[in-house]
Amino acid sequence: MSRKLLLEHINVPDINTLEVYRQKGGYRAVEKALKTLTPEEIVEEVKKSGLRGRGGAGFPTGMKWSFLAKPEGVARYLVCNADESEPGTFKDRYLMTYIPHALIEGMIVSSFALGAKVSYIYVRGEMMPQIRILEKAIAEAKAAGWLGKNILGTGYDLELYVQPGGGAYICGEETALLESLEGKRGNPRIKPPFPAIAGLYGCPTVVNNVESIAAVVPIINDGGDEYSKIGIGRSTGTKLISASGNLVKPGVYEIELGLPVEEFIYSDEYCGGIANGKKLKATVAGGSSVPVLPANLTLKLANGEPRLMSYESLSEGGFATGTMMGSGGFIAFDEDQCIVRNTWNFSRFYHHESCGQCSPCREGTGWMEKVLHKIEHGHGSMDDVDLLWDIQRKIEGNTICPLGDAAAWPVASAIRHFRDEFEWHIKEPVKSQQQNYGLANYANPIEKAPVTEEK
Amino acid sequence: MLKVEEQTPVVFSSDLLAKFDDVISRYPEGKHKSALLPLLHLVQAEFLWVPTSAMDQVAEYLNIQPIEVYEVATFYTMYFLKPQGKYALEVCRTGPCCLVGAEKILDHLENKLGVKEGEVTSDGLFSFRGVECLAACGFGPVLQISPEYTFYENLTIESVDKLIEDLKNK
Repeated sequence: MSRKLLLEHINVPDINTLEVYRQKGGYRAVEKALKTLTPEEIVEEVKKSGLRGRGGAGFPTGMKWSFLAKPEGVARYLVCNADESEPGTFKDRYLMTYIPHALIEGMIVSSFALGAKVSYIYVRGEMMPQIRILEKAIAEAKAAGWLGKNILGTGYDLELYVQPGGGAYICGEETALLESLEGKRGNPRIKPPFPAIAGLYGCPTVVNNVESIAAVVPIINDGGDEYSKIGIGRSTGTKLISASGNLVKPGVYEIELGLPVEEFIYSDEYCGGIANGKKLKATVAGGSSVPVLPANLTLKLANGEPRLMSYESLSEGGFATGTMMGSGGFIAFDEDQCIVRNTWNFSRFYHHESCGQCSPCREGTGWMEKVLHKIEHGHGSMDDVDLLWDIQRKIEGNTICPLGDAAAWPVASAIRHFRDEFEWHIKEPVKSQQQNYGLANYANPIEKAPVTEEK
Repeated sequence: MLKVEEQTPVVFSSDLLAKFDDVISRYPEGKHKSALLPLLHLVQAEFLWVPTSAMDQVAEYLNIQPIEVYEVATFYTMYFLKPQGKYALEVCRTGPCCLVGAEKILDHLENKLGVKEGEVTSDGLFSFRGVECLAACGFGPVLQISPEYTFYENLTIESVDKLIEDLKNK
């Protein structure tokens, strides 16, 4: 069994209550931080831990914290990003549902480190049950003196509030989230200035993912150095992986970074293999935005070495043969799944979720959706594949926020690795409506590194 | 069930206004516009949709222009701008749920309820629509029912049938 830092007590009955959470050692990090550490020392521990943002970008959390401006007499804010909306990702919902106090404890320690007196947890509106759970847990913590005025007699005051979103994927982008928290449409802001300088209400603000904030608790309890010993290379610590798709045991797993992908998919400790005795065809390893990989490149690098669940190994080979860790949303496709259909589905998602500010994204996502719909339904022509390639190239890098890239990458990678399947839909318009392309050679051993044609 | 026609302005109860005030108290002085999204959720929980007259009153309450409310209510997908069934079923239709049969659930609901996506059944009880990822991909197919947003996981045709019967008999 690998080490668990966040989900260690997930199966303890009533761990969602303050009483049981406390019995299991909860809120020790608050005691230690507020009574024995200075805010600077906490930031230093988080830096030492090597913790990287768990929401998708993987930016070092301690470094993000150290950028926070601290002008005299100006409020600073910590905002937790619980707008979990990336298709394939559901770890934050899981954590908030079962161990809400882990997030609250992390919020208190992190707010203290950043000098925030008021902090918000922005939860996507659809998660009303989780909002109720968090509000109940906050009330419990406040009644017990972990929140409010003069916490533990240290003179530190903190109010913590839950803010519901309204149903918009784009609000997972941190500046869109801040706009939304200010009661506006979720249009991402032009950066700079970054939130660390001018965020919520124009004040210095840090926005962190749920899992990143929860990870601060074990970092403070055990020390940043201890945390950094877990994992591999610059991928330190444990990571929650949301596993979905055609797996025997989909669900949320806490892994030590560096676990071989093959072990994650096939071992009984994790996903238990592909459901119904089928074969693996492809995976999306880090949420819908990251490149889709065929089975062979999922399990092994282009040079034949095993691929690991780490930031570096998943992106090994760049976009030619690799993918990304993203938010850890691991989606498995069995041999009966159609890559064209799934790519169309994801394109529809990004078209639906584009905020509409930037023309390449607003127009391009809709265009990709239409072309993919055409191919999937047997009306495509060979030019359409090149057209798709052209559109995605013109979106990527040409938008204010990363939603454009996120929409472009799934399409680009699907064409890069599954072009045969797209062309088969076009050459066989009737047959492709009745059956799937199947596994083809996507699970065959890799003979040599594929030739890259792009950029 | 409570029916509100667009022409008849809705009236906010004192209970609802007390909830408004509680939300508004969460933000710094002068930043009460932050309460807009939560207030619209409270309105929807009360009236099952967000009529224009309610938006106008929310604008007045927050001392902002009506357009500031309209632009938010139309941007976010959760706010219903026309009446829904008493139980508004929302089925996830994004990739991972489709890998495990979400499209079949949507087709089945259309047949079972005898209405198209977005329409309300003649008894006023049900409406349904496909929505994008609900962040429960490992437990798909999933659906949620507003205004409580109760959540149902690992759906099958049989479990959906049972759910509908249970709601009818409630």
